[in-house]
Amino acid sequence: MIHVDPAEAGTAAGVLNASPDPRGGVQTSPMAGSLLEVEGASTGYGSFQALFDVSLRVDEGETLAVIGANGAGKSTLLKTICGLLRTDDNTVRFDGRPIGSLPAHKRVGLGISLVPEGRLVFPSLTVYENLLVGGHSRRTGPWSVDKVRDLFPLLNRLMNKQAAHLSGGEQQALAIGRGLMANPRLLLLDEVSLGLAPIVVAELYRAIPRIVAEGTTLIIVEQDIGQAVAVADRIVCLLEGRVVLRGRPDEVTREQISAAYFGV
Amino acid sequence: MAWVNDVIQGILLGGLYALFAAGLSLIFGVMRLVNLAHGDLSLLAAYAALLIVGPLDINPFLSVFLVMILVAIFGYVLQRGFLNFALEDDPMPTILATFGLSIVIQNLLLEVFSANSMGLDAGAIETQALKITDQISIGWFPLITLVTSVVVLFALQLYLSRTRMGRAFRATSDNQEAAQLMGIDNRHLYGLAMAIALGIVAIAGVFLGIRTTFNPSVGPARLIFAYEAVIIGGLGSVWGTLVGGMLLGVAQTIGAHLDPGWGVLAGHLLFLAVLVLRPRGLFAKQVQA
Repeated sequence: MIHVDPAEAGTAAGVLNASPDPRGGVQTSPMAGSLLEVEGASTGYGSFQALFDVSLRVDEGETLAVIGANGAGKSTLLKTICGLLRTDDNTVRFDGRPIGSLPAHKRVGLGISLVPEGRLVFPSLTVYENLLVGGHSRRTGPWSVDKVRDLFPLLNRLMNKQAAHLSGGEQQALAIGRGLMANPRLLLLDEVSLGLAPIVVAELYRAIPRIVAEGTTLIIVEQDIGQAVAVADRIVCLLEGRVVLRGRPDEVTREQISAAYFGV
Repeated sequence: MAWVNDVIQGILLGGLYALFAAGLSLIFGVMRLVNLAHGDLSLLAAYAALLIVGPLDINPFLSVFLVMILVAIFGYVLQRGFLNFALEDDPMPTILATFGLSIVIQNLLLEVFSANSMGLDAGAIETQALKITDQISIGWFPLITLVTSVVVLFALQLYLSRTRMGRAFRATSDNQEAAQLMGIDNRHLYGLAMAIALGIVAIAGVFLGIRTTFNPSVGPARLIFAYEAVIIGGLGSVWGTLVGGMLLGVAQTIGAHLDPGWGVLAGHLLFLAVLVLRPRGLFAKQVQA
């Protein structure tokens, strides 16, 4: 495993995000552990095992991209982190605390939010109500309805519209905004780009640096490598439930990524 | 004029049906649970009122508040201690569980209270009426039932649309897994939904006990009327449930006017007609997921 020195990651993030590094004040102690540690996760569904001994760690303020082909176990990894799939307590540690057996709704209160694959906005609720529900168990923090509107101005004129009537891109913006309403310390983004036009994806990804600037740690899962790698401090590549490549974007080549992606 | 009277009496009766139906609609909407014990649980409330009006020496109307709270607490415990374990994607386990619960309640009531019919005596108000014309008079008690029903449904609607927990109910109804991701504890929420549903049906049970006599076996018939009201009105619509209850009530009174034996049948026929012509009900929530 490549251990990333917080200071080094800071410079990398600073260059990539062109925004002030929020971690300066947060990680004063060099002994501070990672925000999230996954150790030896081997989860699955019933008799089907999707992850095989997957370990990773993410430091506070860092952006990690998890890439891999369809069925590589990316979504399973996120479900393990957010609590939709549960494990032994010590398999998942958040801020040093073992949370592997905690249900998803309790992890939201600790500061872990997932923006699920397929958006899963609440179709019968208005955009405004979706955001309010996103803040159901909100921690104190910077995000509010106004701030989300500021982040995604396209939501402004849609506030009283039922989410069912939104376009895919609008729903994705809403889903991210809804996730932010809980003021998470760790935000998990699952397949933001799925089924969206490249221009819409680019617009959504423009919001990422502003989310990072608030000190939020991100794990971005993508099949579409380009966008994710551009905003990430580190990359983890999964293949058939196993980690096959790790590194910083400047350390790994396109060839290495494609080799890991396709398993050739 | 007699027909006008039928319609008025039917609408008043519809208020009672809506009270039976509202909770049924709520729990189906929130957790896709088909509660076959709903009618028997309303009877449980009627018998609970019977038990407390004597010793406390209070009017059954006043006992409603206490019974509501007791039955709501029972509902929360029932959901978290029993029905939550039967909730799956497949609706069958909860149907079987509540069917079993219905039989258990009926037999327990039979064991404790015997098969004799009983009633709750609310005093003179049961028979007093507001005389409009020679042929039309509105009974105070049916009027109170309807007003109570409207107030309760209005409060429920307000709760669902305006409060934090109400939004959580609707979010869970839309997508249970996504709701968990928002930090909503679905097991607690289901308990709360059952508590509210049974709290409302407790009012219906006590009012039914004041309106007519009851015995341990009348629960299933109440369940059918409640379901018919829900289906006619359309799932997920609070006011639709009220209108559904009223239409069912009007059909039954008009049917009974034509022939005393046709009352219930006319209600069923209306229900079947709605199923054929508008299977989603008259006021179904129009949202495609």
